[in-house]
Amino acid sequence: MKITTRKITTRMARRIVALVMLITLLVAGITLILSALRQNIVFFLVPSDIVAAHITDTTSAASEHTDKNARKKYIGRRVRIGGLVVEGSLEQDKDSGEVQFIISDGKAQVSVRYLGLLPDLFREGQGIVAIGEIIPPPTSATTSSTKSHGELVEFRAEQVLAKHDEYYMPRGLEKELKKKNLWQGNP
Amino acid sequence: MINILKLAKPKTAIAITNKLRNACLVSAIVCGITALTWGALFAPPDYLQGDAVRIIYLHVPSASLATTLYVAMTICAIAFIIVRLPIFAMLAQAIAPIGLLYTALCLITGSIWGKLSWGAWWVWDARLTSMLVLFFIYLGYFALNNAFTQRAKAHIATSVLIVVGAIDIPIVKFSVDWWYSLHQPASLIRSGGTSIHPDILHPLLLALTGATLFAAWATFTAFENINLGIQVQRKIKQTH
Repeated sequence: MKITTRKITTRMARRIVALVMLITLLVAGITLILSALRQNIVFFLVPSDIVAAHITDTTSAASEHTDKNARKKYIGRRVRIGGLVVEGSLEQDKDSGEVQFIISDGKAQVSVRYLGLLPDLFREGQGIVAIGEIIPPPTSATTSSTKSHGELVEFRAEQVLAKHDEYYMPRGLEKELKKKNLWQGNP
Repeated sequence: MINILKLAKPKTAIAITNKLRNACLVSAIVCGITALTWGALFAPPDYLQGDAVRIIYLHVPSASLATTLYVAMTICAIAFIIVRLPIFAMLAQAIAPIGLLYTALCLITGSIWGKLSWGAWWVWDARLTSMLVLFFIYLGYFALNNAFTQRAKAHIATSVLIVVGAIDIPIVKFSVDWWYSLHQPASLIRSGGTSIHPDILHPLLLALTGATLFAAWATFTAFENINLGIQVQRKIKQTH
């Protein structure tokens, strides 16, 4: 039996079409799945996400639009929030050893309390991810005995992870770069 | 076109790779030892991470080869599905073990680095999870490849698996840009050029070269072994 070149090329063309279709469908399917699961894939929420869902009824303008369910969405659930540690916000309670600091994403801030060992990379200005729960806001009847940062949403962390950026450079060099205003990494 | 492909025989490929094989291994060893000594003893500590950054010389080459080798397997699989010449499926089969090895190395070194810099051995971050998925795809490849007694059937099935699994590669690469993740964004191949200082970059590139040459040597050797296995099988059939 003799197979002509033409027959072979038509077969190959058919396989190419099948492959292209397979790949297109796969990419389309995975894209849909990933975009639908976006909320679950993000490793952490930013302070804006928490604050947006946490606007209290006292803020009149927003209260009309505030979905009560959205407000409760993150309360009592284990969440991860990430942001930069605000410069000068780190405080430590001398008796309990509990640390308190504010993290920010540039738009909103969340106050974090944590009792435990902080990672080596933890410092003010550094990006971190805190894993824990939002402390439910105290009801108007009870007055909070602990010191809080004004009206900030409070978060109790069980674990604090340090995040670092994609810049790698020899020790000491970053000071020179900061002097010359050439620094591109974390503040 | 088809006549050219007819020349793509394992015998011809082995004749070519045999000349390169030993040179690959020798230069891989030289590059690897130089790069790792350089990285461990002479490269500067990082401004933020200190000496922990030295894991980069193992982690980044293994991560980039784990994905690049999978891309190479995908190209072989696509070629096999279209032209159906066994050489392509055999090449993918030769690449697979070294790809699996680098994926495992990437996960292990990454875990150690994670503990040192982030403060956790493992997190279910998009980059880490998609890399673990890649590891399972490699394992799935071996499982499927060994499930068939007829090589022709194994070749088709595994090639389809490789193409389907390739969807994970862009997810691994872009996971750090698409979603908030604990893993930092790309630093070697990124828009705006690398963000690694030359003092750290140079030993890293040498380590990457060494790892690539080692992968080439391993692939050539595995390919020759696969071909020998087929010939042995053929001889056994003839004698019976």
